[in-house]
Amino acid sequence: MSDHRPPAQPADDGALWTRLRKLTAARIGLPRTGASLATAPLLAFQLAHAQARDAVRQPLDMAQLAADLGDLSLPAIEVASKVEDTETYLMRPDLGRALADSAANRLSPHARGCDLAVVITGGLSARAVQAHAAPVLGALLPLPRTANWRIAPLTLVRYGRVAIGDAIAAALTAEAVLVLIGERPGLSAPDSMGAYLTWHPSEQSTDADRNCISNIRPEGIGYADAAFKIAHLLNAMRRRQISGIQLKDDSDLRLIGGVDV
Amino acid sequence: MYGATIGASRYGFADLKDLLAKASPSRSGDRLAGLTAESGEERVAAQFALADLPLTTFLNEAVVPYETDEVTRLIVDSHDRTAFAPVSHLTVGGLRDWLLSDAATTPVLTALAPGVTPEMAAAVSKISRLQDLMVMAAKCSVVTRFRNTIGLPGRLSVRLQPNHPTDDAHGIAASILDGLLLGSGDAVIGINPATDSPERTHALLSMLEEIRTRLDIPTQSCVLAHVTTTLELIGKGSPVDLVFQSIAGTQAANKSFGIDLALLKEARAAALALGRGTVGSNVMYFETGQGSALSANAHHGIDQQTVEARAYAVARAFDPLLVNTVVGFIGPEYLYDGKQITRAGLEDHFCGKLMGLPMGVDVCYTNHAEADQDDADALLALLVAAGVNFVMGVPGADDVMLGYQSTSFHDALAMRDLLGRRPAPEFEAWLQRQGLMDSANRIRPGELPARFRALLPA
Repeated sequence: MSDHRPPAQPADDGALWTRLRKLTAARIGLPRTGASLATAPLLAFQLAHAQARDAVRQPLDMAQLAADLGDLSLPAIEVASKVEDTETYLMRPDLGRALADSAANRLSPHARGCDLAVVITGGLSARAVQAHAAPVLGALLPLPRTANWRIAPLTLVRYGRVAIGDAIAAALTAEAVLVLIGERPGLSAPDSMGAYLTWHPSEQSTDADRNCISNIRPEGIGYADAAFKIAHLLNAMRRRQISGIQLKDDSDLRLIGGVDV
Repeated sequence: MYGATIGASRYGFADLKDLLAKASPSRSGDRLAGLTAESGEERVAAQFALADLPLTTFLNEAVVPYETDEVTRLIVDSHDRTAFAPVSHLTVGGLRDWLLSDAATTPVLTALAPGVTPEMAAAVSKISRLQDLMVMAAKCSVVTRFRNTIGLPGRLSVRLQPNHPTDDAHGIAASILDGLLLGSGDAVIGINPATDSPERTHALLSMLEEIRTRLDIPTQSCVLAHVTTTLELIGKGSPVDLVFQSIAGTQAANKSFGIDLALLKEARAAALALGRGTVGSNVMYFETGQGSALSANAHHGIDQQTVEARAYAVARAFDPLLVNTVVGFIGPEYLYDGKQITRAGLEDHFCGKLMGLPMGVDVCYTNHAEADQDDADALLALLVAAGVNFVMGVPGADDVMLGYQSTSFHDALAMRDLLGRRPAPEFEAWLQRQGLMDSANRIRPGELPARFRALLPA
């Protein structure tokens, strides 16, 4: 064995770790030198961290998003929260939950009563929303279970938090709100989108009133599965007139065998 | 009303919690709550006023009313006046000077601990630099036992954290194997379950039990489910070593976690009745972290560091094996950057140790915080130098379930080598028996030991 070969990985154990790494995305069996990480896994980590950091700082391209959503044949409204830059967004979640003063005039013409408001905002990973919002909605809206829903114009929000959906739904007089938002990026998943559903959203709504589908991305919960779960929850919400911790997501039971509705 | 005069300016502070908040070194969570000093000078004015405050003030003025908060009642009713007597004549500044003095030896500080309230500890920390927090904490010794002995001088233990996004048993076992080979796991092998269901938790507990008994590892296991889940499983005969729970420093914040003191008492009694500890009976594992009370909107206008110290009063009532402050997990709206995370980690470690708790720290950060591996390295080294009882061991520092960066098996190994810390003695002897240590007593795994092959999937 040469001096440069990390002692943790004699030749035969290299094959062992290759096999074990198929069982988990965790960074196991990393080559070591002395007590420390070898150069290759050190730089691999730095790269993943840089990508995750870049995902947080990347602004939402509203024009591109609106273009990508164009196929859905729904009008789109662009509004902003009270946040004006990324640093404020990170430090002041309260401002990210509040609509900018200019939003009321943009939303009020569309307050015609509807079943569902759809809110899309970059959250902590604009990249996630940029990539996954249009395909998920594209899979959701044609589903038979949502086909007869009256959908409000899509609302695209700059620097929004989940709870900004409550104010938007109120302004659009919607019965329920679906918020698609970029989740805080992990090293292994910089582009994970979350879907939050709230029945009868209001200023009094809290996290306990919401249902969440997390980890929406092709390597996590795929578009078709995410759309199915959202439709399932929306219908359960409408049927039982509740959302949140009182409403359990049992859609997994129906997904077994790939049966769709 | 408290106050201080700086030159021609008179600064007033409405009450004790206002004084504590204004004296707090800057952090984003206190700003979010609207509690911070408005200028640097006002902050130091508050620190002068705090330094002059007699410690007895804390026994007469509560930051949350006694009548409406059971954590305040616990702090007041369990205060040990005999232990407090040696420092009862001091001010906050006087206590800091005394703690740093050569008179404050390890046995003296051990005797003092039940006399220190969380607000006293928090107050001292606010007028201390990082170096002071390290020097004072290093003189405190808190040793706890279950199947091994944690917190002895010259030792550093590690929680092996083998999380998996879907709780896959093979994936978790692969991470455990990696961690054990690198000497992690003497604090606990502890899984954060992706789903808090009794069935899932039972399955994970059974798997951990099988690994531990097959390899005859002198350590304890834990699935970090909600206390009610663990309590239910104890009743059904699941192999529960430690009861885990996240706790906070006010009754309202604990309520948001779905717990109260009576529930923790019931759970501890149930775990003790199992009698599974072999060298001791510390059966509780608590986690805390600055910002949790504000996040639950249950901070009562108290700054986040003081309310965090109050969580340690909750922990202290249940004689825990491990208390872990998860310092950078909650995000930049509470601790913005590496500087704030570093200070919070050392504050929490000091306050907990002074109060007599077996403190560990999850040195961690999220990807939306202004922090990186250099910040984590610095805080980890400072904590190990300050005598932290245990830290986390996560494969490659990347928790693929919780989506944040903690410390790795390698980090712990490097710190043990750099600062001359050894694992818990029973665990160290086990590592030696497995052939995982070299002739210089360093953890240096070579070939996979034969009995570890039992962990491999077929």
